Amino acid sequence: MASVTLERLNKTFGSTHIIKDVDLKVGDGEFVVFVGPSGCGKSTLLRLIAGLESISDGELRIADDVVNDLPPRERGVGMVFQSYALYPHMTVYENMAFGLKLAKMANETVDERVMATARILQLEELLHRKPKELSGGQRQRVAMGRAMAREPRILLFDEPLSNLDASLRVQMRNEIARLHHRLGSTMIYVTHDQVEAMTLADKIVVLRDGRIEQVGSPQTLYQQPATRFVAGFIGSPTMNFMPAELLGAEDGCRVTAPGLGELSLPQDASGQPAGAELSLGVRPEHLRLAEAEGDNRFEIVNVEYLGNEVYVYLEPRVGDTLLIHRSEAPSRWEIGQRVALVPELEHVHLFDAQDRALEIANRRRAA
Amino acid sequence: MNQYQLIKLAKRVGFYALIAVVMVYAIFPFYYAVITSLKPSSELFRVDFWLSTVDFGNYVQIFTQKSFVRAILNSIIVSLSVVFIALLLGITASYALGRVRFRGRATVMLVILGVSMFPQVAVLSGLFEVIRGLGLYNNPAGLILSYTIFTLPFTVWVLTTFMKQLPMELEEAAIMDGATPWVTITKVFLPLMWPAMATTGLLAFIAAWNEFLFALTFTLTDDQRTVPVAIALISGGSQHELPWGPIMAASVTVTVPLVILVMIFQKRIVSGLTAGAVKG
Repeated sequence: MASVTLERLNKTFGSTHIIKDVDLKVGDGEFVVFVGPSGCGKSTLLRLIAGLESISDGELRIADDVVNDLPPRERGVGMVFQSYALYPHMTVYENMAFGLKLAKMANETVDERVMATARILQLEELLHRKPKELSGGQRQRVAMGRAMAREPRILLFDEPLSNLDASLRVQMRNEIARLHHRLGSTMIYVTHDQVEAMTLADKIVVLRDGRIEQVGSPQTLYQQPATRFVAGFIGSPTMNFMPAELLGAEDGCRVTAPGLGELSLPQDASGQPAGAELSLGVRPEHLRLAEAEGDNRFEIVNVEYLGNEVYVYLEPRVGDTLLIHRSEAPSRWEIGQRVALVPELEHVHLFDAQDRALEIANRRRAA
Repeated sequence: MNQYQLIKLAKRVGFYALIAVVMVYAIFPFYYAVITSLKPSSELFRVDFWLSTVDFGNYVQIFTQKSFVRAILNSIIVSLSVVFIALLLGITASYALGRVRFRGRATVMLVILGVSMFPQVAVLSGLFEVIRGLGLYNNPAGLILSYTIFTLPFTVWVLTTFMKQLPMELEEAAIMDGATPWVTITKVFLPLMWPAMATTGLLAFIAAWNEFLFALTFTLTDDQRTVPVAIALISGGSQHELPWGPIMAASVTVTVPLVILVMIFQKRIVSGLTAGAVKG
């Protein structure tokens, strides 16, 4: 177990700059998830930590040791690969023992470690099978076992669940979470799936174009996204966005959005000029539907019934991304109806022209 | 029987007839060699397609010749050495060429391919000088060296293609487990490359086993010769007599091991040769 510190980490491949000045601290025993769209550099960042790619600039520390120039085996890291990469010609036991034997451990120690790891992952029955005789979930567990057997200081996961089917993915996600609770070891996990990130992480790192967009707990990222990108990336269905114009910045702020009319919001917009073009974001569950009145009328184009909840899709005023309203089932709304949208004002997000979120103003006047 | 069925039948008959022709064309010479080798010398020039009596006299004659037994031994030593050296160098080279990114990799591959295009005769005199310079004239080591030169390009190409197909993550997993490149090659890649190694190894063996020109040029004395040369130099009682019986017996003797080897590795050879073409 150890902490990991990244300081102004950079990675370039030829003239392409993949990782740009990444600063990050992963605490001892923390479960950190790197998430972002493909090509954002999350896997590269993981491989830099693993030692599979060389660091172009910056410093990487594990515990208090600078490990920039150490080979993977001396960094004390274990890695689970997307394709599992099990050695096909070895049994489960041999797969897990391979690294231990290479570390020149005594046979009894190897045996002890493998058996202990197998017990944790419930692989005891499978020890003498070859990878091709295992199911996807079992292979996944063996891959984890191989990474864990050497008792690394940090466990790295590179999209470990993306090769599994949906139901197995949920099950393995659960197992990984429980494993983390039981072992308490530091884990860094890469995924493009924001649901995996939300459910597993103590701390989520959202990456975009090689830079960290925001770091925070799942709750922080959901409730207070720092940028419009994070707001749109975290949460399913995604947040609704609509253009808004700033009317005044006194006492919180007043904005107007097409169809919604004038809204008085708690955000501090004092840095913005009057008339500034803003972007207004509301999560589907923070929109209420009401009988249409005046200009506030939106047409329902589709209704999805999911059993426990209902998604209502509405024609937007600007752009062509449908607005989504989510509520518990049953719903009385039907396709073709015209309704008014009423956002819950305390849950509305505002983003400036640079897509940065405007912060909620201090409520000192109330005191 | 209607017309359609007739045509179908004719097609079938034609098909098998064609197969029979091909089979006879391919196998008959060998079959005739076997028959000839089992005849006593008195019946040698009578045309028979079937054996009436079996006579092992020719075999007894060649195996009691010390130089022939010695030649077989030389051939085995040379061929196995060529296979071993070619596979060792081929595997390590294919790791470098297939896995390590370096400047000029494509050029190296092309040069290797280019080398294999020279005909043997073109390099014969040059190679002769090299071998004499190294003091390997009339020494099986000289043959091992020259055969390896001609076997290696093919070996390297096939193994490199195969190596490139092994998933990158497998190697990275080995690196994470603390394996050095050498351990990765021997413990992880080697067991997975058996089909390709069986193919290339067997073809290298056959090439070395059958080679004649170099073997004739680079050896001088009976006890350094390999089998193809030894067979060619089997002589009869006079200058005008070719001892067909013993020659056929010797030919059959040295062919049978190859046939057995090819039969054993048949499936492997096919899968090894097509490995580069289609993802398996």
